[in-house]
Amino acid sequence: MIDLINVSYDTQIPNNVNLSQDKKVLKALEKWHPGYINWWNDLIPQNFQESMVYLRTAVSVDPKGWAKFDYVKMPEYRWGVLLAPAVEDRKIPMGEHYGEPAWQEVPGEYRNMLKRLIVIQGDTEPGSVEQQRFLGLTAPSLYDMRNLFQVNVEEGRHLWAMVYLLQKYFGRDGREEADDLLVRSSGSDDSPRMLGAFNEETPDWLSFFMFTYFTDRDGKMQLESLAQSGFDPLSRTCRFMLTEEAHHMFVGETGVGRTIQATLEAMNKAGITDPYDINKIRDLGVIDLPTIQKKLNLHYTLSLDLFGQEVSTNAANAFNYGIKGRYMEQRIDDDHKLQNDTYAVTSVKDGKIITEDVPALTAINMRLRDDYVRDAAGGVGRWNKQIAKAGIDYEFKMPHEGFHRQIGVFSAVAVDPDGNIMSSDEWHKRKDEWLPTKADGDYIQSLMVPCYEPGKYASWIAAPKVGIDNKPGDFEYVKLHMA
Amino acid sequence: MTKIIDFQTDPSKYRHWKIDYDGPVANLYMDVDENGGLFEGYELKLNSYDLGVDIELADIVQRMRFEHPEVKVIVMQSAKDKVFCAGANIRMLGGAAHSHKVNFCKFTNETRNTYEAALADSGQNYICAVKGACAGGGYELALACNHIMLTDDSTSSVALPEVPLLAVLPGTGGLTRVTDKRKVRRDRADVFCSIEEGVKGKRAKEWRLVDEVIPNSKFDETVVARAREMAANSDKVDVAQGIELTPLSRSFTADGITYSTVEVVLNRSAKRATVTIKGPDAAAPADVDALAAQGAEAWILRCARELDDAILHLRNNEKELGLIEFQTQGDPELVIAHEALLLANKDHWLANEILQYWKRVLKRVDMTSRSLVAIVEHGSCFAGPLAELLWAVDRSYMMLEEFDGDNRPLATVTLSDGNFGTYKMGNDLTRLETRFLGTPEDIATLEGLKGQQLEADAADDAGLVTYVYDDIDWEDEVRLFMEERASFSPDAMTGMEANLRFAGPETMETRIFGRLTAWQNWIFQRPNAVGPDGALQRYGTGMRGEYNMERV
Repeated sequence: MIDLINVSYDTQIPNNVNLSQDKKVLKALEKWHPGYINWWNDLIPQNFQESMVYLRTAVSVDPKGWAKFDYVKMPEYRWGVLLAPAVEDRKIPMGEHYGEPAWQEVPGEYRNMLKRLIVIQGDTEPGSVEQQRFLGLTAPSLYDMRNLFQVNVEEGRHLWAMVYLLQKYFGRDGREEADDLLVRSSGSDDSPRMLGAFNEETPDWLSFFMFTYFTDRDGKMQLESLAQSGFDPLSRTCRFMLTEEAHHMFVGETGVGRTIQATLEAMNKAGITDPYDINKIRDLGVIDLPTIQKKLNLHYTLSLDLFGQEVSTNAANAFNYGIKGRYMEQRIDDDHKLQNDTYAVTSVKDGKIITEDVPALTAINMRLRDDYVRDAAGGVGRWNKQIAKAGIDYEFKMPHEGFHRQIGVFSAVAVDPDGNIMSSDEWHKRKDEWLPTKADGDYIQSLMVPCYEPGKYASWIAAPKVGIDNKPGDFEYVKLHMA
Repeated sequence: MTKIIDFQTDPSKYRHWKIDYDGPVANLYMDVDENGGLFEGYELKLNSYDLGVDIELADIVQRMRFEHPEVKVIVMQSAKDKVFCAGANIRMLGGAAHSHKVNFCKFTNETRNTYEAALADSGQNYICAVKGACAGGGYELALACNHIMLTDDSTSSVALPEVPLLAVLPGTGGLTRVTDKRKVRRDRADVFCSIEEGVKGKRAKEWRLVDEVIPNSKFDETVVARAREMAANSDKVDVAQGIELTPLSRSFTADGITYSTVEVVLNRSAKRATVTIKGPDAAAPADVDALAAQGAEAWILRCARELDDAILHLRNNEKELGLIEFQTQGDPELVIAHEALLLANKDHWLANEILQYWKRVLKRVDMTSRSLVAIVEHGSCFAGPLAELLWAVDRSYMMLEEFDGDNRPLATVTLSDGNFGTYKMGNDLTRLETRFLGTPEDIATLEGLKGQQLEADAADDAGLVTYVYDDIDWEDEVRLFMEERASFSPDAMTGMEANLRFAGPETMETRIFGRLTAWQNWIFQRPNAVGPDGALQRYGTGMRGEYNMERV
């Protein structure tokens, strides 16, 4: 049980920001902390709160030994405030302040923009925990349950990281925004999360894996670009968050991969070679590949929406002011100012999808989205290799970027996964071919039965190749409290 | 931007607004068509607006009064998710000539004033339901409503980001209404107007920026309930049937426009337009029922609509014509009779609406940045509402005694009850009170002259006209005045006239059109906003405006 009154922050919160000496921020965090604990306690079902979970906790920022593994009850997880080590003499890597020393304090004229970016980033972190709150009840294994909780507590820590910045650098406004992060809630009527994808349900484990693969990858891209920030504390925070984010994408890629593996093994065992023989495949208690493709279509396109408008003033401002860079900014061979450059952006003119060059500064979102698409394609290729190896004639495809979009130039037109523009009526008639139907959802839901025995897995998902922290196959990743 | 801007529209042509009529409540939805801009070169994203969007709104407000008098409460809201209105379109402003910006702001200001006053004038109450971002001109739309409801979803906010974002002012009444109407404390107003993201939730209420903050889950039902409640408590008399505002009879030629009661002649070489208003050619309707039966055909309504359109046309499409000359033709007795029917039936909805409309049209004349002159010739009918033109203009010239070869009835001026309180100016005084600010006792004397057709000597004695000239001097004096006027700097003229026209007390309206507009128009000329490296030009490029830091 945490002592909520006299939290000893130096011991309770691992940090490398000298919190114990920073009385003002300490006081602010103390005020915020009970609200956070309440949020967590109200969120996660009680029996999981009491369970011992084999989690990794960030304890240092040393790349070699930044985390340690141990059993811990989630509410007692040590949410640390950790910033990547300062780079000596760091310079602002882009925009009109290119080459000037990075800011250690918030520049007055950029305060609001920085605050807004941090709030939007911060808002996604608890949002996903909220979306995933009931998944523990249907975990296909203790291994997966542990991964879910690991993702959850780390999203919680990322919230802490953003809240720390708000409390430390943004005064009273920042504290109010920090409080609001706990007021907004995924899917709530009264105060939903800021971005659409974080108000969608995560109804089943395949959705969770797709979410961690596609949507957390958006998070990765955003963190990568914020890691370039001229505001050094934000840069250092995001750099450290990225080390954790990698695990989330690992959970996603291997989760989908193991789902596919179970399907392939079941098909081979039953001698089914036609991937579209859906009823027979479903009779085996696994998820057919075309349905997995539909889930991919859904989550990929929801994630593309998170990149915002293709041409964006806000994104242009953020880049030019040195607040948010591009993916791998330092490796890009240009002047990092982009004032006279152009970038190719897709748009829709007279019913056709075309590409046109626009001022590069305004196309920062588009560029990040292009990088995302390339990054996301890697895992899809590996899944296809798995399928080929099993001798099944099927390939996953990333749908066209215009398919099923709510934001940006494509939101006004109906586009099929191959990139053909069609009438809205036609699209709606055919959408069940491309996106999960209620029946697909019901089928997947029917497979979502918990499997809490160490070393055992639900029918629809294969065992992982390697255990977490190199633990053996029957390791009890979660000691369930079954009161 | 040389395209002709037409201020006439009708519901079949709306692209940006939708209205649901629900008995005494009308739900007015802003749903701007991105591709429906009046000009090329910008998209009206996020419910941002240009003049075309505002022309529709003005039409809606006008038709609400005449065609839907059953409506008591109008709920202004957005049909778009997550955004109420992002304000005036910045790319439009960035690309527009100075004169277009100024005319755009003037018209939008007039439209805001019009629906703001609809409660007092017509018993129609505009209230506002804000969901999503409500910024700049968007919040100014809300400010002109009489009750603002904001959803508390921890995201929706109201904001005036012009200063930090664009280096211009919230010029559609924003700054003025924040202090004068909503009475926000000035230091809080200072904070509010210098932060981009605005204020949300309970603080918006605490700071008086909105009237109500409502939990998001209860918002829609509360808005419906509030509208019904306000409609139920309205003291507006129930009206079963409005009248249709039929299309104007109007034809354009190269040198003018012909309406049924108004003739506009453009004299481009002399940089002058002559607007001639023709008085009624038939007796006034017998009673208000006959008036309602005539509807939009009634002379007194038709004339107001045509004059209104003519003024807007000249303002926006004939910018080189620096002098507008007003003339009238007809029988002053008939004008008085047509007006008298309305004055005698002020409590009838239609009579009231027409009088209020004349008030607005005359204000539009006051607010027109051209030299204005009234030429009172023989055969003219400067009586009642048309006599107001004499005191709206900068100078008036009246024919004295008989002219050789001119057999028209002698020029006269006729005062009516209407001249003593019906058509108040923006400063909340009548034109006569403004004219005789130093000798208020003269007003009582003038009241004694009501109904008399005052010939030139009498009109001159009463101070109702500037100069009276007989046949010998008339032509030269009028010509000299017009030639002199055409030679002055248009900027100096506009500035001088705007200062001289609005004597007396300040009101929110005069502060908007005077102080706020003048500062805005100054800023609209300054390189910090509109220079090639100014904030307005650079908006959207990602590059900041470069400012000359010298305080002027």
